[in-house]
Amino acid sequence: MSEALTLSARCLRISRRQIDALTTSLMLPVLMMLLFVELFGGAITTGGKYVTYVVPGVLLLCTGFSSGLTAVSVCQDASGGIVDRLRAMNVRGAAVLSAHVAASIARNAASTTLVIAAAFALGFRPHAGLLGWIAAIGILLAFVAAVSWLAAAIGLLASSPEAANGFTFFIMFIPYASSAFVPVHTMPHWLQGFARHQPITPLTETLRGLLLGTPIGSNAWIALAWCAGILAISIAAAGTLFARRTA
Amino acid sequence: MEPPHPFAVEVSALKKSYRSRPVLDGLALEVARGSVFALLGPNGAGKTTTVRILATLLDADAGEVRVAGFDVRTQRGDVRRRISLTGQYAAVDALQTGEENLWTIARLAGLTRPASRQLTAELLERFGLTEAASRRVAAYSGGMRRRLDLAASLVSAPEVIFLDEPTTGLDPSSRLELWKIVGELVDAGVTVFLTTQYLEEADRLADRIAVLDGGRIVAEGTADELKRVVAQERLELKLHRTAAFGELLARLNGRVLDANPVERTLSLASDGGASDVRALLDEIDPDRTTIEEFAVHKATLDDVFLNLTGHTAQTGKETIRV
Repeated sequence: MSEALTLSARCLRISRRQIDALTTSLMLPVLMMLLFVELFGGAITTGGKYVTYVVPGVLLLCTGFSSGLTAVSVCQDASGGIVDRLRAMNVRGAAVLSAHVAASIARNAASTTLVIAAAFALGFRPHAGLLGWIAAIGILLAFVAAVSWLAAAIGLLASSPEAANGFTFFIMFIPYASSAFVPVHTMPHWLQGFARHQPITPLTETLRGLLLGTPIGSNAWIALAWCAGILAISIAAAGTLFARRTA
Repeated sequence: MEPPHPFAVEVSALKKSYRSRPVLDGLALEVARGSVFALLGPNGAGKTTTVRILATLLDADAGEVRVAGFDVRTQRGDVRRRISLTGQYAAVDALQTGEENLWTIARLAGLTRPASRQLTAELLERFGLTEAASRRVAAYSGGMRRRLDLAASLVSAPEVIFLDEPTTGLDPSSRLELWKIVGELVDAGVTVFLTTQYLEEADRLADRIAVLDGGRIVAEGTADELKRVVAQERLELKLHRTAAFGELLARLNGRVLDANPVERTLSLASDGGASDVRALLDEIDPDRTTIEEFAVHKATLDDVFLNLTGHTAQTGKETIRV
């Protein structure tokens, strides 16, 4: 446990000093919000104010991107020899990787606060009570943890930090083909199947339901099942990859 | 107390292949406690693979490896508590300061906060980094990074230190500095296992040197023992373009140490004295038309390497041997 704490402190110090990555993951949410609400929002009809419709999607897009950056930092450690040093010191892989995930969660807490502040400034008026907010934060946390662990596994697999960076773009693309930005029934028929059965749609619907009171149905359980599944597979894969990693 | 094991490293019949390409093929070696051992070989000889297996980071296909008296396969934790590894790339964080880097490693090694603080300060002092302690490593020179890297590897007070090509990429003065530090480590009773492709480095640092080529040790001994493998002194000749190179080689059959028909050079054993050199020159070139240049060389580890492996250490360039 103290290993994980020491390493988390290290990851946070490094995160704070990666000015470019930090700026991107803090600026991106705000720019995305402005882009969707002010530029596209006027032309998209979803019934009601578009800012209300799009905030859950922007939250998922931004947390997905920011969590994806974990792949880059894990890969840097693995290819730079730090992982070798730690392995030779008998530091457990779980401690190294959970430190990266913890730093990712901290980064996301900061960027999520910023998105929500920007959303309020643009007219987002949720009518959720305290419990609704807690549940929404819980769902986001599950998503951030799942994507961060997946990113950690990808980071161990990638041959270079540049290759690992590709993963963040992949993760950023997934929300577009979901109900995050436009209703699924407006998409071409062939895409609807994918859009309905990928994790971002039930996550978006759950967040909407919790913050805005739209019907949730079985979406919450489907969303949690996706997160749990991704988390379990990623943790197992990351553990195996860490033990085998040959820089 | 159990008696200390006489060998810090024992390796026998070690084999490792990557996708059916053998990298190590029956490697065997022993390193005495408190000594410096150099594994010398060209790029791709299997040096890093060997170090990674000894440092428990890579599993061998076959063979037995004991480090600090423990089996690297079955007693991995015991080995890891007694070693440290400094790889080819400085394993320190560019975005942490020197102090933060050492502090992180000290805490991971299980030291308390006060002990970590004290050890960090001590190591910074010892490696001449006190002034740079609160600067980020990104602003360090290559030599400073290497020093910090070595300092980090001493945090856990290891019995055996593995240094994989410790001076690759360093400028000459940083290299000298690093050699001095290695010398101090040995004075403190630590066993140092280093790999290098620089013969000079092995000559300067190591008590014993093993030459690795084709996945096996092709020679092992002290620098002097290895140098004795080849002639102490050699006379190197460069012939005129007009000279009959092949004919001369045939005439000197068995006495030529090595020859290169493209460069038109060859070398012969000599005691280095004026009369021996004069006699050799007269014998080879009685009309004084054949030899363009000559030079007398003391045997170097380069010669040993060339003799043992058939190619030079640093470039791996093929040279024709006679």
